[in-house]
Amino acid sequence: MQFAIVISSPAQSAAMRRALEFTRAVLAAGHSVNRVFFYQDAVLQASSLQVVAQDENNLTQQWQNLIQEYQLDAVVCIAAALRRGLVDAAEAQRYGLPASNLLPGFVLSGLGQLHEAIQEGERVVHFRGQA
Amino acid sequence: MSKSLLLLCQSSPWSGLSARETLDVALAGGAFDLPISMLWLGDGVWQLAAGQQPELLAQKNLQAQLSSLPLFGVEQLFVCAESLAERSLQPDELALPVTALDSQQIKQLIQQADQVLNFS
Repeated sequence: MQFAIVISSPAQSAAMRRALEFTRAVLAAGHSVNRVFFYQDAVLQASSLQVVAQDENNLTQQWQNLIQEYQLDAVVCIAAALRRGLVDAAEAQRYGLPASNLLPGFVLSGLGQLHEAIQEGERVVHFRGQA
Repeated sequence: MSKSLLLLCQSSPWSGLSARETLDVALAGGAFDLPISMLWLGDGVWQLAAGQQPELLAQKNLQAQLSSLPLFGVEQLFVCAESLAERSLQPDELALPVTALDSQQIKQLIQQADQVLNFS
């Protein structure tokens, strides 16, 4: 079965961790994930400027590993990202910003990608809230 | 045939970005001619209250986005009657023409939707 994963929970939240573990479990069970769409406060999960203490669970690294292992289409909403200080090199140049901070493996794109994932996925699972 | 998407709008209008970002999802879907319906409930019904003055909070008015929903083909607009009553809001005093539903009708609306996204 093909899943579309939508996440609007904050980076490093319990719900973000569950989204990661759900996605990993779905893939491990032989299903496919057509897209993981990061929206609202979830976009900051794709920032390279997070510092996670060594004895804490590093969700950022785990997302990157999962994206790389399964070649996942990990899309970050561009409008939500720009509002929150997350940019790739092209956007940094466009807006004259001093740096970019989108982690490799993630791509910025629009809400059309969310709707496409919903239309094409057989199941949509939305992770929201903090807990 | 496109799948229908129901958006549950539970965010109060001025507590953050969520109300605006939920409307953005609706407008984007409308722009792609997708069948989008919206249900405001809980504190989300405050998004629909008429006569707000968000400029006093240095906020951009949501009214422009709300009013453009029908222009983008998003016309299936519903509000929870109980949430309105709890807040002394009348269905005919809202800033947008929406249909008030009771809990049984809300249950049907959610069951009929192919997909549901819940924004709070």
